[in-house]
Amino acid sequence: MNGVAVVWEQRSLLFDGLLNTLWITASAMVVAAVLGVVLFALTLTRLTLLRRSLWLVIDLLRCVPFMLFCYLIYYGLPSFGIVVNNLTAGIVALSVYHGAYLAELLRGIHESLPRDAEDAGRAFGFHGARLVMRIVLPPVLLAAVPMLGNQAVQVIKDSAFLVIIAVEELTYAADEIQATYYVPFASFVAAVLLYWLLCLTVEGGVRIVLNAAEARR
Amino acid sequence: MNTAGLLTLAAGAGETFGISMLAILLGTPLGLLLGLVRWARVPLADPIVAVVVSLLRATPSVTLVLLVYFALPTLGLEIPRFAAAVATLTLGSMAFNCEIWRGALLAFPADQLDAARACGMRRGQRLRLIVLPQIMRASLPALVNEMTLLIKVSPAVAVIGVVDLTRAAVRIGAQTYRPLPPFLVILAVYVVIIGGFVLAQRMLERRVAGAGA
Repeated sequence: MNGVAVVWEQRSLLFDGLLNTLWITASAMVVAAVLGVVLFALTLTRLTLLRRSLWLVIDLLRCVPFMLFCYLIYYGLPSFGIVVNNLTAGIVALSVYHGAYLAELLRGIHESLPRDAEDAGRAFGFHGARLVMRIVLPPVLLAAVPMLGNQAVQVIKDSAFLVIIAVEELTYAADEIQATYYVPFASFVAAVLLYWLLCLTVEGGVRIVLNAAEARR
Repeated sequence: MNTAGLLTLAAGAGETFGISMLAILLGTPLGLLLGLVRWARVPLADPIVAVVVSLLRATPSVTLVLLVYFALPTLGLEIPRFAAAVATLTLGSMAFNCEIWRGALLAFPADQLDAARACGMRRGQRLRLIVLPQIMRASLPALVNEMTLLIKVSPAVAVIGVVDLTRAAVRIGAQTYRPLPPFLVILAVYVVIIGGFVLAQRMLERRVAGAGA
């Protein structure tokens, strides 16, 4: 097929898009993870008002479509006097959005784990930040590893939405090739296959980490 | 934002609602069909379904909708925007629903099937009278959760020019040079719709958990 040949000729464009998707996803995932852990740790506070309002924000974010959130960040930040380029806006949007999801995910794990260690920690005089850092977080984070993989797949998929604010990621590259040479089938199928490859890699990576963890136990 | 703007948003909300509902109505039973194919290990079809589901689950909706809308015509299949939008969301939710149904099917206790077989029930009867009613209840919370995910990715259809709720807001923003007000209005609309689904899911989960206990 002619389209395949054209896409192969333009492979460097596609490859650049793939690399951009990769590092946008990776950096957003790192920031989201930090944000998620911090948010979750803050929600453990005894200050009811702070805890309630944090969960309100987290629940609210989880009810917003990512594409809309992306527009809100891109058009909204300038009205607060913060001018960012589209790439930064995209990474910020991905990080904050998925940070909220990760906080919720950590809460679910925390609720499913036994509280014994926490009670024992309190009895030994741990409280506040030290209790959270030393006693509460370690088992929660350990149990979160497999789900972090799922979240990374979600971030990869949501990164395609950044095409709407003209971030030059994989879907953008495929659309460029499609628009220039009119080979929609080959270029989008190539993009889909590359997304598949990315997601399979993440899933495989999680499996390897889990197996290694299992073997060490 | 004026009355005309609000009307545009209302039309967009209708479009989003219609596309999402059609995709849910099509994607849920199609997912069940694929789940059954995998559960029954239908020769030839089983590995194909497994690969297609894995592929679809990894594909961003934006990319998929572009593929469906721009690539099908090159295969001689001209389809309107609305149909491409419904097809895209259906394919995505079908793949996720397949895994939900399959999970419920795999967790289904085999002794019930043996008992049904011993009572002389045929395959179709076993499925219709024994398996389906139970897996439907078990899958419902997960299926509702998938519906909220579908609505959350539905703005993807805006990239092919479907004027859904999100694109309607973009349009008004471009006309008035003030993008934030329409975005904040539709934010509230989405939060109400998706929040409604989330609450429904929590209620269902509680009821299913209560029934199981």
